[in-house]
Amino acid sequence: MTSSSAPSSSPSHRPPRVGLFCTCLVDTIRPSVGFAAAKLLAEAGCEVDVPRQTCCGQPAFNSGDRATARVFAEQTIAAFESFDYVVAPSGSCAGMMKAHYPELFAGEPDAMIRAERFCAKVFELVSFLVDVLGVTRVCARYDGVVTYHDSCSGLRELKVRDQPRALLASVEGLTLNEMADADTCCGFGGTFCVKYPAISDAIVGKKASNIAASGADTLVAGDLGCLMNMAGKLQREGQDIAVRHVAEVLAGMGDQPAIGVARKG
Amino acid sequence: MTVAITSPHLKENAAEALKDAQLQEALAKVGPGFIGKRRAAADKMPEFEALRDSARDIKTHTLAHLDLYLEQFEEKVRAAGGHVHFAVDAADARAIITDICKRLGARTVTKGKSMISEEIGLNDHLEAQGILPVETDLGEYLIQIRHETPSHIIAPAIHLNKRQVEADFRRVHTDLPADRDLTEPTALLAEARGELRQKFLMADVGITGANFLIAETGTSVLVTNEGNGDLTQTLPKAHIVLASLEKLVPTLEDATQLLRVLARSATGQDMSVYTSFSTGPRRADDPDGPGEYHVVLLDNGRSAMLQGDLREMLRCIRCGACMNHCPVYHAIGGHAYGWVYPGPMGAVLTPSLIGVEKGANLPNASTFCGRCEEVCPVRIPLPKLMRHWREKEFERHLTPAPQRYGLKVWGFLATRGWLYRPATRLAMKALALLGGTRGRFSSLPLAGGWTRYRDFPAPEGDTFQAQWRARKASNRSTAA
Repeated sequence: MTSSSAPSSSPSHRPPRVGLFCTCLVDTIRPSVGFAAAKLLAEAGCEVDVPRQTCCGQPAFNSGDRATARVFAEQTIAAFESFDYVVAPSGSCAGMMKAHYPELFAGEPDAMIRAERFCAKVFELVSFLVDVLGVTRVCARYDGVVTYHDSCSGLRELKVRDQPRALLASVEGLTLNEMADADTCCGFGGTFCVKYPAISDAIVGKKASNIAASGADTLVAGDLGCLMNMAGKLQREGQDIAVRHVAEVLAGMGDQPAIGVARKG
Repeated sequence: MTVAITSPHLKENAAEALKDAQLQEALAKVGPGFIGKRRAAADKMPEFEALRDSARDIKTHTLAHLDLYLEQFEEKVRAAGGHVHFAVDAADARAIITDICKRLGARTVTKGKSMISEEIGLNDHLEAQGILPVETDLGEYLIQIRHETPSHIIAPAIHLNKRQVEADFRRVHTDLPADRDLTEPTALLAEARGELRQKFLMADVGITGANFLIAETGTSVLVTNEGNGDLTQTLPKAHIVLASLEKLVPTLEDATQLLRVLARSATGQDMSVYTSFSTGPRRADDPDGPGEYHVVLLDNGRSAMLQGDLREMLRCIRCGACMNHCPVYHAIGGHAYGWVYPGPMGAVLTPSLIGVEKGANLPNASTFCGRCEEVCPVRIPLPKLMRHWREKEFERHLTPAPQRYGLKVWGFLATRGWLYRPATRLAMKALALLGGTRGRFSSLPLAGGWTRYRDFPAPEGDTFQAQWRARKASNRSTAA
């Protein structure tokens, strides 16, 4: 991996200390995404650690339970505020922390300042690599035709769009085929997909058709929730398309079983 | 027709909509039709984003001083010889309108497109009073002859295709030759025009909505693509403008600023085909125009919204861009939302008009993808306002029980890391053992909503945090 410039906001004599917010889905369902993220960050010159953590609180926040969301926010801030940066392999969780934490402390000036200071350090993984660390290419190989889905929170709350495409373009052997409506929601929507499963299914059904029509053999995106939704639909439809987190492909870990595929042996 | 509230049954409505092949065929055209055109219109205009800021600021300013602008508007309408009527609620507005119609002995009323008319259920009420309302917007005319309600705020008949329209015209226009050719859309349009032309000439009163009400001049502004608004408001004895309070803008200049984002956001047109400005009744030297000019200003809960957390919603200029870009609207169409206003703007507005008890499904049936906010010409934070309703629902314990308990159990565990981490390790290891050989599950207890339609991936094994700590410990011992 090559960086065009040293990270600007940390003192040049020591590597930036990054707290990896692994996200509850990566923690439980697909730890390999966490290792891929840690690898990418370490290769870009960061000192990575994973403090004890649970969830960013988004499910509570989006279900209208602000009090519980606030508890998650307090815990997460306490666990991560000693780091130079907080990086998540998810635009959704990073968006929750960066865009919504301060409003949970409305009317509490001290807590709000603390939350804002924390927010300033929060980044989604791939945009952090490109925008903050100045990474322009990765040393990885992936032999396949890939299509990239823009997950909504990353795209709209954090402006993650060109960064993953730029780094994917540097992966040897990889061809990027854009699908139609790559920036349209996949229908996951957190609890939406189980509250309104039939509507969610109709939305992911259209997404699956667009993925298949792109001619790609691999789907990548930056959020495990969306990936599980799309993988689950593609597999239910019998589509032979591998689904992977963008971090896995960028970290050269694209040889392990795809999401929802059994390990060999 | 009056819109019956079926919002509490959004899921059932959606299930019907998803099965309706004809509807799905019509909905498939919504996204490609509107999204690309808006994008092209916005891209052609380098100052489009700045115009959106300006549009937002105009509306924010107006709402902050709405009392003053309402007074000024009323004064200017009076000065021009018109009348302003304040209606507290739907019943009040209906009564004001029927009183005017009855006083003038009106038997036929032509109508320009108005969502407020739908909100107050005006047509049914007029009919009950023996007054015949005739919708003159083509889309509204179609749904009127089908006894349906609009499924979109600017394209009310977007759920229909031309085969259905042809069948309806043959059913209703029985005075025309049965063997006429109606295969081309232009033939359908010409037939509707012919039918409506007589109605325009017969009408005693014309009722229109308004896109903007200009305080400095007492003018109502109406945009249409068919010109039906002009005939509705100039030919009859009286023109009644039916509009809600938040349509006010301070000046003519402000109205033109908003017009620059309205059509571009709605249909991708630079301007709608007709933009009509009406100020007062016919003056002595006017060649035509209505003898009376009335503005019925509807509150219906809006002044309460003005004081609360939903104030930003009152910036809405009803362009429909939010629903045009909404994946949920694309999937289920407008009727499934179960009341007058569909899509993201409806999801915010409806609970404040029919109550959160009945309207709670609407703000919940959103993936929060944020595309509505991204395209809103007045930058209404629609997901934030939908979340506001979810908070109200949660506070009032209206959230459905499975969701509430699920959230509670998860919240209890996940805010106690010492309990959560070992529990998730155990659960993931068990699931990995169960699903490991296939790599995924096609059914899982408690996850039926997911696995009915999708497979669920088997976890890899131990949690990331546990593996990370184990690796760190082993690195440390290797180093030591």
